[in-house]
Order: sequence, then structure tokens, then C-alpha cells
Amino acid sequence: MSPSRTDGPVAAADRPALVRDGRPAAPPAGSPERSRSPRSPRLRRRVGLGLGLGTATLYLSLVVLIPLAAVVWRSTEDGLAGFWAQVTTPESASALRLTIGASLLVALVNLVMGTLIAWVLVRDDFPGKRVVEVLIDLPFALPTIVAGLVLLALYGPSSPLGVDLAYARSGVVVALLFVTLPFVVRTVQPVLLELDRDMEEAAASLGAGRGTIFRRIILPSLLPAMLSGTALAFARSISEFGSTVLISGNIPFDTQVAAVSIFGQIESDNVTGAAAVSTVLLLVALLMLVAMDLLQRWGARRD
Amino acid sequence: MIRVSNVSKNFGEFAALRDVSVDIPSGSLTALLGPSGGGKSTLLRIIAGLEDPDTGTVEIEGEDSTHLSPQHRGVGFVFQHYAAFKHMTVFGNVAFGLEIRKRPKAEITARVQELLELVHLEQFAHRYPAQLSGGQRQRMALARALAVEPKVLLLDEPFGALDAQVRKELRAWLRRLHDEVHVTTVFVTHDQEEAMEVADEIVVMAGGEVQQVGSPDDLYERPASDFVMGFLGPTTRVGGELVRPHDVELLSHPEAGTLPATVQRVVRLGFEVRVDLLVGGEPTWAQITREQARRLGTVPGDTVHLRAAAVAHRIAV
Repeated sequence: MSPSRTDGPVAAADRPALVRDGRPAAPPAGSPERSRSPRSPRLRRRVGLGLGLGTATLYLSLVVLIPLAAVVWRSTEDGLAGFWAQVTTPESASALRLTIGASLLVALVNLVMGTLIAWVLVRDDFPGKRVVEVLIDLPFALPTIVAGLVLLALYGPSSPLGVDLAYARSGVVVALLFVTLPFVVRTVQPVLLELDRDMEEAAASLGAGRGTIFRRIILPSLLPAMLSGTALAFARSISEFGSTVLISGNIPFDTQVAAVSIFGQIESDNVTGAAAVSTVLLLVALLMLVAMDLLQRWGARRD
Repeated sequence: MIRVSNVSKNFGEFAALRDVSVDIPSGSLTALLGPSGGGKSTLLRIIAGLEDPDTGTVEIEGEDSTHLSPQHRGVGFVFQHYAAFKHMTVFGNVAFGLEIRKRPKAEITARVQELLELVHLEQFAHRYPAQLSGGQRQRMALARALAVEPKVLLLDEPFGALDAQVRKELRAWLRRLHDEVHVTTVFVTHDQEEAMEVADEIVVMAGGEVQQVGSPDDLYERPASDFVMGFLGPTTRVGGELVRPHDVELLSHPEAGTLPATVQRVVRLGFEVRVDLLVGGEPTWAQITREQARRLGTVPGDTVHLRAAAVAHRIAV
């Protein structure tokens, strides 16, 4: 949060002069002025830079861009109308609706519960805190199919709790909640840890009650982290396969999620259909990432 | 008046304050001065209600505030690291306390404008704190604290995070501001020069206890202990007594009450000259003027005769 840490050396040198003159202050981090590559006259540095950039671009192209482009291309083999027809078959549409709907719900629950858990972990002291700390990451480390198995054992037909969520949409939501738990917690926690407690004390001495302090001081500082954690949880949810495949029972038009639907379409040799659904997921994920980036810029604006 | 009576505070095993009682008069500018860990910040935070004392009471302007929350004490608090609300503009920061009090919009705008003029930040109203220098941020924090018209203004090492030049400017500025605003002000510092320059009254604290209370002159001229004497300025030893080095007289011939000493080194520092001496094998030093040094005409190896001046304040050690 301190300017010395987030600012580049250029900005640090510029700032006092700018402030003294009363001219606009240095542009915020990440603005075009600053992220432009350094204009070094040295040829050697340029060559080095070009080589690095070339390698990185090539690698990204081979590993990410070309495969993605191939999927998009494949999905539009029969033209846009064909793509649309594939996406809107009752089976695909139902799977996409369920996936996106459940993911939105899961993201929302994560936004609230993840923040709450992060809060408790940072601000409260209780026995077994270390254990909970480790537990939070378990859904990250666990193979998702194992997560699915665990959930089936607990919430399946032979549930020891008497809660049977198998072959139901609620089962899908629970599975997604399980695997996405760490995202919001782990993005909010460090921000909360670094949050300047003086700010809260200053607000208190100015007459703000606890609710006001949370709403007007703490929440605005946490919001970018909360939202980017939520976006991550959402992105993970729409792509989830392993954890949902067992508990959902894969009933088409009911509990089949998009990732499983893609798998099914490949199995039945409908590659174009699989590619079309994939492309939709890809677009939704891309949209979410762009939104996340915008949010982070918005958050960095003031630091 | 702020009346602190018999306040003690422990953090675990550590006794931060031991039975501290001190009165701070209304309208004064008082420094809590002492080394780190001496309890001065803890005392300030207890006055603000940010910490609860284990025992003792705090009275602010006649009201027992010991169990009042910080929200209801009517104190303004300024932190060493500004505690700026980073997501609000300068205007938003200063307006915060007034918005909490649900003042009419027009009144808030007018009041904030007035305060920003007071702290010379009127052109910066729409900046974010990250776009301000440290000194500007601290001035904003001061305006924010003053906005709610506090009964007392408390500043915890307010210039501690600033570089030397800005710190000097802000010190002088705080003094002028206080002469304008007259709100009872208490600030914490470990810098004796800062305390001497800014404060009307200094409370010297160490080891969780008040060592001495007085005006800067009082404390410098009549320190109650060797600790206070040493903390407020340079000291030197003459014949088992602690005196100020400028109160040491150097003579070329022995007189009543003088001690012979060997000159080790003569260091000229512009107007003042520092003479390092050995008295009976013990090192000591004296501070004399350039004129006195010229008259004495001493060089290393010479024997001189020294005594504490008649006016000197002495403390036996």
C-alpha cells in the first residue's frame, strides 16, 4: 500500500516535483505511460528484450493460443449458424444453463462466506486455527475426483447424515462449493492482514461505529480482492468436471454440467458440438478474466 | 484539562505504565517525551480510548472518560503513518467525521474547504492520499482530526515518518497552527529537540513512569534527575557531578575549586569549540566559545584548570 513499494523508481522521482507544481500527479500503476517498454538506447538490451519476448510469445502461442484458436475454429466449422445450432441443442443449452447458473450461485456464496472465513482467520484467535488454515487449502490439493468421491460418501444415497444430494442439482452446487472454497479466502486474507489497523482506529476516533467502519473503511479496501477471488471461483466452477461427475449422476437436461456434456459429445463423435460448448465456456471465462483485470486496475488506482 | 490519575497498563508481563498521574492544562501544547518503550504512546492511546487502562482514571474537560469509547470522547487522533483512508479523496477524508455526524452537505463542504485552507491543501481536495507527499498526508490527517472540533488533539509521533527537512517545517507549522486554533494538544515524540521547539510543556516519560513535568526551560535548566538531564541535552562530568558542557569553565591558572586537567583534543565547530579533557584519568569534555578558546590558547597536551560555573545546575552521580 505504501507508495514506495508500488511505485516504480521513475514515479518516485517524479512525484515530489509534480505535487509541488500542482500539476496532475504521476499516472497510476499499469497505465500505458508506465507499462511501455523502456526506451533504452542500448542495442544489446534491445536484442535481449526481443529474444525474451519472442520466446515467451512462441511458448504462449504453442501452449495456449493455438489450441484455443483451434477449438474456436473447430466450433465454427459449419459457420456461425452451425455453431449456434450446436450450442442451443436442448442438451448443450441445459448443461450450459446449469453450469453458468450454479457457478454464479457458487461465486456469490463464496463472496460472502470466503470473506467471512478470511476475516475469522485473520482477526480472531481460536484453538485449532492452524488446522483450519491447512484445511482451507485441501480442496486445492485434493484430486477433484477424490473430492467427488468424498462428497458422494457424505451426501450420497447412503449418507450417514441422512442428506441425499446425489443426482440432484443441489449436489452439483455442493461439489462446486467444496472445490472453490479456497479462492476468496486466499485472495482476501493477505489484503486483510496488511490492512492498516490505524485506519479503523482513526475512523473510530472520528465517531464511526463498528458497522460504519466495516462498511466505509474495511469493505472498500477488501472489495477488489473479494471480487477477484469470486471471479476465480466462478472460472473454476464453470470448468469443473471431476468433483461433479460422480455426485451429479450426469442426467442430461437435469444434472449434467457443461464439462461432462463436452466429454459426452466427444464420446458420441460430435466434435463440433463439443467444440461449440467449449467455446462458450472459453468466452465466459475470458469475459470474467477481463472483468477481473479491470477490477484490479480499479483497485490499484489509489495505491 | 486532561487529568490522568493513577493509570497502570500491562501488556502481558510488560508494564507499559506504572501508576501514572499527570495533568495537562486546557489550551496547552504538551509533548510526551521519552525513549521508545517508555510508555508515552500507550498513555496517549489511553487518553484517546484506543487502549483501556488496567487501573486508574482519565478525565477530559471535567468528564470521566475512562469507560467512554473512542467514538464518544471528542478526541482527534493523528497517527505516525497518517492512517489515511486510501480509497477516499482528500476531501472525503476530511469530511468523514462530519458525514458520520450527518451534518448538512453545504455545511460539510464549507467546513472542509476552510480546514483545507488551514492546512494549505485547498488545491488537493480531489487527490487521493497516494498522490500526496508524506508531509501533505500528515497535514490532511490533521485537518481530518480537527474537522470534528475535538476537545483535545492527540498526535502520536506525528513527524516520525517524515524526512528531516519536512519534519522541521511541519514542527514550526504545528506550533503556528496551535497558536491559531488553541485546541488542547498532546503529541508524542522521542526527539528532545522537537519537544523543546514545539511544546509549552513537556512530560518526560521513561520506564512507564513520569520522570518530570515542566516547561522546556525548566527541564533544561533544572532537570530533576540525571536521566532527564541527559535526555534533554548534552552532559559532562566534573568532579563527580553532572553539568552541561557549556557550564564548564576552563582557566589557565588554578583557582579555588578547580581541578587540573590535560587537554586531549580541541575541535572547532564554527562558533563553538569542543575541548576533550582528562581529569585524573577520567575523560570529560567542555564546550566553550571560539573567543574563550582563543584567549585560553590551549593545545593538546596542555594542563588547564576546570570547574563548574557558579550558575551551573549540578546533579551528583
